[in-house]
Amino acid sequence: MERKIRVLVAKPGLDGHDRGAKVIARALRNAGMEVIYTGLQQTPQMIVEAALQEDVDVIGLSILSGAHMTLLPKVMQLLREQGMTDVLVVAGGIISDEDAEILKREHGIAEVFGPGSSTQAIIDFIRSNVQLTRG
Amino acid sequence: MSEHELVTRLRNGERRALARAISLVEHGGPVARAVMAAAYPYAQAHRVGITGPPGAGKSTLVTALAQEWRRRGVPVGIVAVDPSSPFSGGAVLGDRIRMQALGGDPGVFIRSMASRGRMGGLARATADAVTLIAAAGFPIVIIETVGAGQDEVDIAQTADTTIVVEVPGMGDDVQSIKAGMLEIADIFVVNKADRPGVDQTVRQLRTMLQLGGASADGWSPPVLTAVATTGEGCAQIVDAVEHHRQHLVRDGVHAGRTRLLAERELVAAVQELILERLRGQRWEELVSEIASRRRDPYAAASELLDG
Ligand code: B12
Ligand SMILES: Nc1nc2c(ncn2[C@@H]2O[C@H](COP(=O)(O)OP(=O)(O)O)[C@@H](O)[C@H]2O)c(=O)[nH]1
Ligand SMILES: [Mg+2]
Repeated sequence: MERKIRVLVAKPGLDGHDRGAKVIARALRNAGMEVIYTGLQQTPQMIVEAALQEDVDVIGLSILSGAHMTLLPKVMQLLREQGMTDVLVVAGGIISDEDAEILKREHGIAEVFGPGSSTQAIIDFIRSNVQLTRG
Repeated sequence: MSEHELVTRLRNGERRALARAISLVEHGGPVARAVMAAAYPYAQAHRVGITGPPGAGKSTLVTALAQEWRRRGVPVGIVAVDPSSPFSGGAVLGDRIRMQALGGDPGVFIRSMASRGRMGGLARATADAVTLIAAAGFPIVIIETVGAGQDEVDIAQTADTTIVVEVPGMGDDVQSIKAGMLEIADIFVVNKADRPGVDQTVRQLRTMLQLGGASADGWSPPVLTAVATTGEGCAQIVDAVEHHRQHLVRDGVHAGRTRLLAERELVAAVQELILERLRGQRWEELVSEIASRRRDPYAAASELLDG
């Protein structure tokens, strides 16, 4: 049997915009993935702890509040501390191209998807970049 | 890492090893069986099942009960099952949304599970995941079923104590509680007791239970009330679970029940192994022959088993 891709979709910080996260969660489910949706107001600690307990292959962070340059690097740092560097991390929401570049280059976020991104592009990106042979 | 090493690590409290081991048993196959073999002897926990219709407040109640056990110093593991989509095979598992208050407590471990096509309210690997969490040293493991509103009787064969959650306002529609649910309940909880109609619902449940007569093992299921969102009533529910646990041990019911659960585990394991061995090319051919009514399923099964 093929291994299911497990994805944690979380909203870090105090941002109440949850439409995008829900759209993504549903799209990934319809693509056959198992999505753990943790809801709003997650601290980086809560996100990493949930990812660890759920043994996910992918973390998807949705953030439209503007606080991404503090919250997302924190998530990445905690993942490194836990030795969870094999988990694919993608982000979406309102993130400028310059910030996206820094998040990818300096912090290890694999890709950033802004408004209007097609869900199919997101699904394809996850399928081709996820590591299912994590040890 | 060998399966033995993985199990040693999870028994030493490494949460990541526990999480990985659960993924392995979910996936199934020989590796899963090796993990289970290594963990099985150490799995001692009281398994508490929570079932009831969607939106009854199961996840919220699981959280409030876990908090009550934590106040008493007891570590708690949780397995929450949600349905897989029959179309895509994917799932959105949302029970954690209600369990945020348990975050950051090393005495709590929560795992979401998709039912993966299994009916009956649990996933194929739910019992195995519970065994692993128990082996990791959690003396209480709570299992939240899918809650499809159907008869989810599987839980009674996986849990030591089964809690059936209902809500007030069923009105005259006493039939809304399926007879099967009455039979599996060790404890009834009328949740959302902050809403009107609680007393009536409690009364209806008690009447139905009396009509059903005392249960075969001499336990009369209590009907309790709760407001899961505030934690009201949860101390009494935890007390009732403890009473039921004592009842199981004291009255020698446990031995019989343990044997029943053990037999069920054996049946499941035999099914899994047999199917794994028989599936192959001939299997596919026989499926086609049955589909076109060129052969009946019993003849096909005999051919597979007897050669
Ligand atoms: C709808 C909306 C609201 C609704 C939210 C309803 C809800 N429950 O979600 C309401 C009215 C409540 C609201 C309130 C506010 N909003 Co508002 N809101 C919007 C608006 C118009 C659309 C957002 C939306 O839902 N889009 C539809 C979804 C599907 O798109 P999306 O979230 O962008 O998701 C896509 C991608 O980003 C990506 N994606 C998103 N998440 C993820 C996750 C993963 C894992 C991946 C892979 C991809 C991905 O894929 C999705 C599909 O393409 C935007 C403007 C805009 N055009 O974006 C402002 C906007 C986000 N809001 C803004 C602001 C400031 C606010 C308020 C603070 C006050 C205000 N001025 O109204 C409050 C704060 C609320 C709070 N508690 O946080 C600003 C944010 C500015 C910033 N970050 O610098 C924006 C950009 C408007 C603006 N130009 O000023 N808002
Ligand atoms: N008024 C009230 N609402 C509750 C209570 N318990 C849960 N809820 C709400 O009922 C809804 C469904 O709860 P949830 O735990 O997700 O139900 P589940 O589907 O059975 O797991 C949520 O909005 C809860 O906040 C309660 O005791 N009183
Ligand atoms: Mg639930």
